[in-house]
Amino acid sequence: MSAYPIIPEIVFSTTIVIYFCLGLFIKNRNYLTVLGVCSSLLTTVMIFSSPMGSLFGGMFVSDALSQSFKLVFHISLILSLLISLRYEAIRDEYFFDYTLLMMLSTLAMMLIASSRDLIALFLSIEFMALCMYTLTGFSRCDLRSNEAGLKYYILGTLASVTLLFGITAIYGITGTTDIKAIGAIFYNNSGEPNPYQYVGVLAILIALAFKAGAAPFHQWSPDAYEGAPTTVTAFMSVGPKAAVLGAMGTVFYVAFKADPEVWVNALIFIAIATMAIGNIMALRQENIKRLLAYSSIAHAGYMMLGILAGSLEGLQSVLIYMMIYAFMNLGAFAIVLSIKDGEHLRGYTGLWHTNPYTAIGMLILLFSLAGIPPFAGFIAKFKVFMAAVHAGYTWVAVVGVLFSVLSAYYYLKIVVRMFFVTEQLGIRPVAVSANLSIAIILTVFFVCLIGIAPSVLL
Amino acid sequence: MQYPILSLVTFLPTLGVLFLIPLRNHSLIRYIALVFTLLTFFVSLPIYTNFDRSTHLFQFVESYQWVPSIGINYKMGIDGISVLFILLTTILSVLCVLVSWKAISHKVKEFYSMILVMETAMIGIFCAMDLFLFYIFWEAMLIPMFLLIGIWGSSNRVYAAVKFVLFTLAGSVLMLIGIISLYFLGGRTFDIITLQGIRYPIEFQYWLFFAFFAAFAVKVPMFPLHTWLPDAHTEAPTAGSVILAGVLLKIGAYGFLRFSLPMCPDATKELMVPMQVLSVLAIVYGAFVTLMQTDFKRLIAYSSVSHMGFVTLGIFSLNQTGLQGGILQMINHGIVTGAVFMCIGIIYERTHTRRLEDYGGLAKVVPVYVLFYTIFSLAAIGLPGTNSFIGEFLVLSGAFQNDYAIAAPAILGIMLGTAYMVWLYYRVVLREVNPTIKGHLYDMQLREVIMVIPLVILIFYIGIQPSVPLSFMQTSIRHLILQMDGGMLIGLR
Repeated sequence: MSAYPIIPEIVFSTTIVIYFCLGLFIKNRNYLTVLGVCSSLLTTVMIFSSPMGSLFGGMFVSDALSQSFKLVFHISLILSLLISLRYEAIRDEYFFDYTLLMMLSTLAMMLIASSRDLIALFLSIEFMALCMYTLTGFSRCDLRSNEAGLKYYILGTLASVTLLFGITAIYGITGTTDIKAIGAIFYNNSGEPNPYQYVGVLAILIALAFKAGAAPFHQWSPDAYEGAPTTVTAFMSVGPKAAVLGAMGTVFYVAFKADPEVWVNALIFIAIATMAIGNIMALRQENIKRLLAYSSIAHAGYMMLGILAGSLEGLQSVLIYMMIYAFMNLGAFAIVLSIKDGEHLRGYTGLWHTNPYTAIGMLILLFSLAGIPPFAGFIAKFKVFMAAVHAGYTWVAVVGVLFSVLSAYYYLKIVVRMFFVTEQLGIRPVAVSANLSIAIILTVFFVCLIGIAPSVLL
Repeated sequence: MQYPILSLVTFLPTLGVLFLIPLRNHSLIRYIALVFTLLTFFVSLPIYTNFDRSTHLFQFVESYQWVPSIGINYKMGIDGISVLFILLTTILSVLCVLVSWKAISHKVKEFYSMILVMETAMIGIFCAMDLFLFYIFWEAMLIPMFLLIGIWGSSNRVYAAVKFVLFTLAGSVLMLIGIISLYFLGGRTFDIITLQGIRYPIEFQYWLFFAFFAAFAVKVPMFPLHTWLPDAHTEAPTAGSVILAGVLLKIGAYGFLRFSLPMCPDATKELMVPMQVLSVLAIVYGAFVTLMQTDFKRLIAYSSVSHMGFVTLGIFSLNQTGLQGGILQMINHGIVTGAVFMCIGIIYERTHTRRLEDYGGLAKVVPVYVLFYTIFSLAAIGLPGTNSFIGEFLVLSGAFQNDYAIAAPAILGIMLGTAYMVWLYYRVVLREVNPTIKGHLYDMQLREVIMVIPLVILIFYIGIQPSVPLSFMQTSIRHLILQMDGGMLIGLR
């Protein structure tokens, strides 16, 4: 047994430690960001140059899927660092702590993606969640941020307890916490599922749905998203969500696939409720952060269709969705940050006339979020619906596409503001800072590229 | 054909957009857009001269791998059903550029870019031989149209634009699920010919028919789903209305011909009567509503509902005569209604009103305009000698071959059609000259005459020589009918 598969994590931890030491002396935001991006890039290179394999008795597994998930986490980390660079709500003296927490939570996500043991998974999720609680409440002087952090923390703890409870129940039945072994035991058990199996599986499902911000366990997320500093909201809506949904997919695909009757109906309910609540609540939002928060709930709902499929194809579709969503959503947040009064719908009035390029970028990202070709968002939805139809859940896919029509309405609402409203509200062109421009150009480029040449991902 | 002519015709307009981007001078932008649409038109001509009318097979086929991992190909090709629409699109696009010459004065570059992108998407739809590719073009069309209506439209444009997108999207996402189901049932391919060659279980055919119907019926639009059309037509700029009436509505009917009929033949036969009833309802209801309109553009928009009813009536007759009439009527409607919308645009540029009560007595002030308007009105009524007469005649004789009780009320639609067009003519052209607009009127200029002349020629050409356009589609339609009866299932691999 060699230690090679875990090298990316080791490299990343090492760079974080170095970063921690250097951060005591360096207070310049530019240097800190460059250091963070470099360590993330280095880790990305390591991810794809290290061999696959399993370690610690199968507790840690590095395979193609987990590698790709790690790539998504690093894409979201790099983009989030880029858009945070000039964000004023993060004050200079705390910028180091802020970036450090982001990197630590990314490390936790990498561990989640590779955990193939329920206890390791639990610990990694807690590791990530602790970073996220702190980040949510990061604006110490902002009452809303404090409230959001506290709310997230208290409710998140409840979910953690539920997760632990579920793990205990499964351990009680199978006598192991190894995901693969659990799957084998359930597979060989030909009789009716044990009633405690229902308790355990559903508790795990609920806890993970909670962490992913899925309805009906979503109540914490709009408040947390709105209260958190905008850059944290952007980060939170992609990385942690990807990690939790990836974990959910792995656990249900590997461990609980043998008895789908235990969880399929509950998952269908959660997926449909998530799409419904996310989309319906987003319709009336005037606050863009809140709108994107609800829309990210809705997107989690679509991704659950991929998990529902219970196949490798389904898991891949979740991964592809997440990768595309990382570009779309972080791009949209970069534009929100670049606009004065960008948190409110009124800030977008007549944007096309003052900042045409920003407006066109936002147009592309919004149409992509709505899932209209030829942009990447369509490919994401297409793959997920394809997995669901292949698994025989055609009617759930139909419900899903109908909700995606609803989502077009609120994305178009922003487009209407930017392009169709001609009366000027006296807004002047805003100079977009270099870091945000880079982030916007990168995301728009990838959204177009993946949309036109999907073979780069598929 | 040695070179990929279909791809060239499809993407030439988009290439034009790249040329437009660095330009600032408005008139230069207009000329470049004109050059590219004209170029596309001339490049598209060899398709007709080299088209082999004696075969139903797809011609000018190009095929490249696009997303190999899920079997998506970039595959283009045309047959007798789609060939004429390419010419229609390339002609109308040139006219759209001309008709907007003076009407569009702000954001000119963006406007012409949208027109050119639209042209690419429209031609792409008719050429696509891969369902995924078809869907991409189908949906991609939404974005430029949304912007065309929303940015350059009139007062109520935002409502109309959003309604247009939501209606179309709701229909097409159901089609997407249909396409995905088809993919798995048809052996993991999106190739249209392969998928057409399979006889699906009848339950699946029903579901597929419904999924496709949702998309196509919205686009056509068929009777209960037509409410987006008057708003979109009325609010869109003239070029937008011409594209909508000329090509966009045809795409729905084309979808029925290309997918619903060959892929769900048994379900189509079972549902033939309800479909025909819906068509007749659209004809009669559309005509009655048209009578009531007081807005020039809205009136013509509702008359489109009625005219497209004839198209679907012909298609769902499911016999050679009806299908030929349906396709011919699609072309005719594109020409005639496009022409009428252009006439409205020409006069609106002078008067800036669409209310019919502001009009009257144009005959005394603008005789040249009235000459052309009269020709187009008569063509819209379906006077013998014009193209619509042939189309409507074929449709009705096709429908009468099936069921007198269903076809007979359609005659009422023709009568009502005459009534509203003649009454409209009376209100606009005859009567005393209306003082509110008198000072603004001047007759057509050379540019305006040039842009309506091709349509006049087409109207009389098809009206007098219908065998020429019909000869393009005959073989393909015969094959389609055989295919529906479970006959030949051969295609070009």
